[in-house]
This record gives sequence, structure tokens and C-alpha cells, in this order.
Amino acid sequence: MALLEIKDLAVRFETNDGIVSAVNGVSFNVREGDTLAIVGESGSGKSQTAFAAIGLLARNGHATGSVKWDGQEILNLPDAKLNRIRADEIAMIFQDPMTSLNPFLKVSDQMEEVLTLHRGMSRRAARAECVRMLDAVRIPDAAARITMYPHEFSGGMRQRIMIAMSLLCRPRLLIADEPTTALDVTVQAQIMDLLRDIQNEFNTAMILITHDLGIVAGSCARTMVMYGGRIMERGTTAEIFANPTHPYTLGLLEAVPRLDRKEDTLPTIPGEPPDMLKAFKACPFEPRCPKADERCKAEVPALERISETRVRACHRSPEEVA
Amino acid sequence: MLSFIIRRLAVAIPTLLILVVFSYVIMYAAPGGPFDMERALPPEVMDNLNAKYGLDKPLVVQMFNYVYNVVVHFDFGPSYMYKNQTVNDIIAQGFPVTLTYGFWSFVVAVVVGMSLGVMAAIYHNSWLDYLAVGISIGAQVLPNFVMAPILVLFFTLWLGWLPGGGWQGGQWQYVIMPVIALSTSFMASIARLTRSSMLEVLNANYIRTARAKGLPMRRVIFRHALKPALLPVVSYLGPAFVAMITGSVVVDMYFSTGGIGVFFVNSALNRDYSVIMGITILTGALTILFNLVVDILYAWIDPKIRY
Amino acid sequence: MILNRAKARELETAQIGAEIEGRSLWADARIRFFRNKAAVGGLIILILVGLFAAFGQHMTPWSNEEVDWGVLGQVDTMGRPSFESKHYFGTDDLGRDLFARTVQGTQISLMVGLIGALIAVVVGTVYGATAGYYGGRIDNVMMRIVDVMLSIPYMFVLILLLVIFGRSVLMLFVGIGLISWLDMARIARGQTLSIKNKEFVEAAHAIGVRPSTIIRRHIVPNLLGVVIVYATLLVPTMIIFESFISFLGLGVQEPATSWGALISEGAKQMQYGTLWMLLYPLFFFVITLFAFFFVGDGLRDALDPKDR
Repeated sequence: MALLEIKDLAVRFETNDGIVSAVNGVSFNVREGDTLAIVGESGSGKSQTAFAAIGLLARNGHATGSVKWDGQEILNLPDAKLNRIRADEIAMIFQDPMTSLNPFLKVSDQMEEVLTLHRGMSRRAARAECVRMLDAVRIPDAAARITMYPHEFSGGMRQRIMIAMSLLCRPRLLIADEPTTALDVTVQAQIMDLLRDIQNEFNTAMILITHDLGIVAGSCARTMVMYGGRIMERGTTAEIFANPTHPYTLGLLEAVPRLDRKEDTLPTIPGEPPDMLKAFKACPFEPRCPKADERCKAEVPALERISETRVRACHRSPEEVA
Repeated sequence: MLSFIIRRLAVAIPTLLILVVFSYVIMYAAPGGPFDMERALPPEVMDNLNAKYGLDKPLVVQMFNYVYNVVVHFDFGPSYMYKNQTVNDIIAQGFPVTLTYGFWSFVVAVVVGMSLGVMAAIYHNSWLDYLAVGISIGAQVLPNFVMAPILVLFFTLWLGWLPGGGWQGGQWQYVIMPVIALSTSFMASIARLTRSSMLEVLNANYIRTARAKGLPMRRVIFRHALKPALLPVVSYLGPAFVAMITGSVVVDMYFSTGGIGVFFVNSALNRDYSVIMGITILTGALTILFNLVVDILYAWIDPKIRY
Repeated sequence: MILNRAKARELETAQIGAEIEGRSLWADARIRFFRNKAAVGGLIILILVGLFAAFGQHMTPWSNEEVDWGVLGQVDTMGRPSFESKHYFGTDDLGRDLFARTVQGTQISLMVGLIGALIAVVVGTVYGATAGYYGGRIDNVMMRIVDVMLSIPYMFVLILLLVIFGRSVLMLFVGIGLISWLDMARIARGQTLSIKNKEFVEAAHAIGVRPSTIIRRHIVPNLLGVVIVYATLLVPTMIIFESFISFLGLGVQEPATSWGALISEGAKQMQYGTLWMLLYPLFFFVITLFAFFFVGDGLRDALDPKDR
């Protein structure tokens, strides 16, 4: 049985300018120990999908569909019920480690409360466990530094602290929302290594949300590509990289810098991400798609299953795309 | 921390001295002295009076004597107008009154204002929020001199519940209206300030982190959001305090509470320099002290400030 | 008339300037402002109050000084607001027409508010922008002075000034204006500092634009929005200041009057049942303050780039 089962998830925001449909009919499963990458450019709805699943949407957001955790429906549950699952079973780390830790509280205070709350530990025991976890994410001299404030750490260190904090309760699923976007390239690699090690060590399932296909290859078994709040294509990472069947995936792959190709300029996908205020009656990628035809303008392509592991949403056949 | 306090004090003391010198010079330069009466006094009486109060000496000497007495003996000298009283007597008489209603006004403004602001932010766009915003917008245009007559109109003239003035040693019936009159507009400003900063904080990434940790809403608000949200409010407390001291002038005039405000205005009208000086210096010192407390509070809340 | 023509020309050039600077910013702000109902309502009220102050005197046969001997001694019955006696707002306790006095008080209060705010804004902006632009030790010393001055109980000093140098409207303007520039200075300095470090200023530096041109074309236009918003919010504060002083009887001199003086007189007569003496001036005071606050908030929402 799947650990996390999302079906027909839709997220809408009421804004001053109208209703924004951020996510539309997204369905996928995550099994125990599974690793799934959700890839897409900003505004593709990948983060909002994750926020909706654990009830962290902004006030003006509203989610419909179904999210099952361990077979139980959890979408739109009241906070009091969700709080038992958050951090304890599903933990999350965020994009910007500079602002995701509370600047007014010591690291120890922020970490310990997770254990005292979910595990009923004494503060003393919680402190010991937190120090152990900080050691595990390779924070030097953790026992002394735990009483420092977040601004006394570098960006990479802070993201390590976030990771350590999220792992305190040994969650069964870790959602990492762009964990390396705000960091230097060398630090990025360290953090990705760390996430991979942790994934192996604790056998935690992981959803990695990113816009960077480059970091997906080595860290996730499966990949899902999103655009305009919809799934474009999903499959094992190997399949997606070797044999993309969607023009958008193709565009993303070509935009990844590679050492084995000699190029002066990096190919880009022309055009801009879609205006999410408009309701789509066509394929959201149609305006930017080099292979679009009349049908792409007329109807939204349905998600079709093309093999055991793969689904795609495109009017053109895989052969036409490749 | 200690060196921080010492450094702030090192700024505070010159500030106070500047205030003393400034007001002394203004008064010295002013046309007319304390003994100018409708009918001119005989010159020898005038000389005697000036000699008695040391007004015949040069400005610098007068000023030095004054500062010396204030600093060393905490003696603000005799009053020129209230013949049998020293400035110290007047301060001892008026200050406890002003401090009493001032203290309660401050407590009411801060406690009610902050709670209203926090509640409005938590229940954003609910009826509670609209009510709080409505109250704070309404109260903003009701400064103490407008509130005072309105309160008397309702509670004294129409309902007959509260006495229209007096102090009576600070019995509660006499304290209520001065406190409301003085605190209303500050309560409103504090509520608005708290609400907007709380709304901003609740949208911060670290609040989302706190929620993702499965903390109950109560803990998210009180442990994670309250401190940062109150920071801008804390920096408003200094000016609010100054304005409340100033407002005591209206309260004392309108409610006949007998605080320092009424002494200040009467002395100003009668050119009773020593009383004016005494009150100005004392309130100035109080303001500086209070700002110091606010600074320390600020530094204590915000870990990024190093002393 | 000359003043009006000069004003019109100034507005014209300002328009042209705005178009060159990039029409979208100001046009955008205008659209956003007019979409805000409270702000537009506030603006309409302000225009009406302004018209009342300018032309109200022509609507009544009474002047603000003239005593109506017919009502004297029985003001609480004969002095009531009525159309027959042409005392639309009633009379005050001395039998003077309250409508005419309210018109006159409105003129004074608005004038003190506007001029006081103008002084504060000009002094504060120049001071703050200078400190912010030069930075370093100059900035340090200048802002230290502001800090020192902020911890002085100002109203006391103002009362002192008024008592010692005699009460006059001019002294009131100067005193109030000089008290209130401190906050403006801090705001202007903060803005200048942040604008100075913006990329577009660095870019201008890098391509060799002269400092004077940078200040004129980049810093001042970006400072303007904040200054306008703060000035709008400063006017009601100035009005409150003046009313406070007048309430204590230290402001404008009889027979001239202001809202604060009228409220004070009305409050003193309250117990005799002549409530109109309090309520009419209070009404104008309150709606004008409301209007200014709403317009100020509307302008801030329209001009503040942070909320975009």
C-alpha cells in the first residue's frame, strides 16, 4: 500500500485580481522508502501541491481532491489532527534556510520543542537527541553551538540544522522544497549528498521539489514534471532522462548544462510561464511548445498511461516528440 | 549588557544637561521677570528680591548654582509664585498623582492595544478583525482633549456614574476617566501597529516552519510569532510615553486632578521659572530613563542586537 | 491669481516630468488610489471641508465677532441652532454665531495643519536626505542630535516658547513645525540610505552620471512617494497639536479661533445643556482627521512599492 496517495488534487487561491488555479488534477503515490522528484519552473504548482498535502496553504488557499496518508484521508483536516502527523510522520524542509528558522529563538529551543511535543521527552533528553542529530548532519561542535541563534550560522549550516530538525522524529516521509536553491553550488552538492545518505540510513521516503533537473539524476528514483499546475510527464528518473516523451521535459533537459557537450549558449525554452489567473481550455504549455498544433489549442491533453511506470499528457505521440 | 547600559547613560546625561541649559537660556532671554507686576515694585524691593533668589548674579553663575543644587542636593530651589513652597514641595504634591494615572493609562494602552492587535491579526478578516480595526481607526481621531469632554458628557452629565473631576487621594471613581481619556488614542495606535506587524510575521517563512513541526497554533503564536511582532511596538513605547506625560497637562486642567500638568501651565502663565524648570527637567529625566528601559527591552528581545 | 497661474504652470511641468520619468508608476498609483473607496471618500470630505472654510462666510449674515444681543443671556434657549435666526449652528455663550466661528476655526486649523506639516516635511527631508547621502561621521552626528532632541518633552518646550515670546499664530507654526521634523528626518534618511544602495543608482554611478544628476533623477523621485504619504499623515497630527495648545487656551487669540479653542469652549458650556457648542466643531474636527488618515493610507497603499 502506498504511504502517500494523492488523487485529483486541485488548489485555488482567491486573490484581489481573481481566482488563481495553482494546481489542477494532480495525482501520484509515494511508497515506503520511495524517492520522487517533482520538477518544474517557478509557478508550476509543485510547492503548493506539497503545502496542500500537509495543510500549510496560505489563508486564501483552498484545496480539493483527496490526500491519503497511510490509507487515512488527511486533506483539509483541522490543524489539531494534522499536527499529530506533521514532523512526526511527514517532515518538511524549505527553500530558504535564512528565513525558515526563527531568528528570535535559539537553535536548541527550536529543535527541542519537536521532541518534547511529539515524543513527550524531557528537555534534557531532547537536548541530547538534538545534539546527536546535529552531529549526524555534520555540524562541528554541535553540543556547544546548539545554544546559538540562527544568524550565527552560515546558510549551508542553517540548511543542515533544518534537515536535522526535520529528522528528529524519524519521519516516514521527508518533503524537501527546493532545499538547495538558496545555496552556493559547492554547498548544494554537500546538502544533496547529505540528503542521499540520510535517505539510505533511515530509509525515509522523500519528495524532492526542485526546478533543477541537474540535482535530480543522482538522488531520486522517480521524476514527475509539472507545468501550469498540471502533471506533464512522470516516470522513473532513468526513463525520463533517457527518453523524454513531453516537449516540456525535452526543453528542461536541454537547458541543463552538461560537460559532455560543447556549446556556446545554453538552450532555453522561449516564452514565459503561463498566467495562472486564466482558466485553461488548452494545453498550458501550448504557447511555448515548438510542436504545438491546432488540437493543442483546443483541448487540454489528458494524462495517459504508456507503460507500467510512465504517464504523460500530450496530444502528440512520444515518437513525434522525440 | 552592563557596558551597553553605561554607554546609553553616557549619552543620557549630556542630553539632560543640554535640556537644562537650553531652557535656562530661553527663560533668561525672555522679556519680563517673575517679579514684574501690574504696579512696578520700588527698585530697592526689586533688588532685594533678585538678591534673595540669586537673580543678580551673571547667567553662568546662576546656571552653575542651579545645576549644582539639582545634582548634589536634588534641590530645585524655591517657587517664585507659591510663596511658601519650594519646587520640591510642588513636585512631591503633583508627581504621585500624574504617575498614578499615567501608569494606569500606559498599562491600559499597552495591554488592550496589543491584545486587540494580536487578536485582529490571528482572526484576520473575521468580524473580530473588523471590529478591532474599526475601534482603532475611530479612536485615532479621539485625542485626550476630545475624549475628556465626551467622557464627562456620558458618564457624569447623562449617566451620573462618575464624578466630573477631582482626585480624592486617587479613589478609583476619580481615576477612571483620566485614564481612559489619556490612553484611548495610544491604545488605537498600538493596536494598529501590533496588528500589521503580527500579520507580517504570520506570513514569515519561520512561522510556516513552526506549523510544519506540528506545533499547536497557541504555541506558534505565543512562542514563535509574538516576540518579533512586538518589536516595532516596543520602539513606539518611548514616544507614546512622552506623549502621555504631555497629555497630563490636559487631564490636570480638565479633570482638576492636581497633577504636575496644572502646576506647569500655571507656572508658565505666571513666569514661575523655577517650577517650570523643575518640571521640565524631571519629565525630561523620566523620558530619558524610560527610553533607556525601552532600548534594553529591545536589545533583550532581538538577539541580532549586540551591545 | 498670480499664485494660481504659477501653481498651474508648476503642475504642468510636474506632469511633463512625471511622463518622462515613466508614466506607469504615477499612473499606476493614481489608478490604485481611485480604486480605494475609503481614500476617495476621504478626498471628497477634504474638498468639502476646504470649500466650507473658503466660502462658508458668504452663506451667513453673521460674522464671527458680532454679538447677537437678541440671544445674549438666554443662549441655551434662543441660541439654539435654527434657520429662522440664521444661526445655523446656534451661537456660543457670548451670543456669537457658531457657524461663522466654525468657518473661521476651520480656516485656522487647516492652515496651521498644512503649514506646520510643510515646515516639518521640508526641514526633515533636507536634514534626513543630507545625513543619509553623506553617511559616515556626518550621518552619525546628525542622527545623534535627532535622538537627543527626541527625548525632550516637546509640548512643554512649546508651551514655554508660547508663554515667553507671546502667543501668536506665527509662533505656533514655527514651534509645531520645528517639533515635528524629527520623525521626517529619520524616515528620509532611511529611505535615502536604501535608495543609495539600489542597483539603479550603482548603475548610474558606473556609467558616469554626475552625483547631482543622480540625486535629481534617481534619489528625489524615489523619495517623493514616502514624503507625500508622510506629509498627508502629518497634517492631522499638526491639527491635533494646534488643537491641544488651543484647548489649553495657549493657542490663537480671541476673536480668532480654531477647532481646539471651539471644542474647549463647548466643553466648558456642556453642563448648561448647550451641546451644539461642542458637537459642531467636534464634528468638523473628527471628519477632517478621518479624511486625512484615509487619504494618507490610500496614498501609502498606492505609492508604497513594498505592497506591489
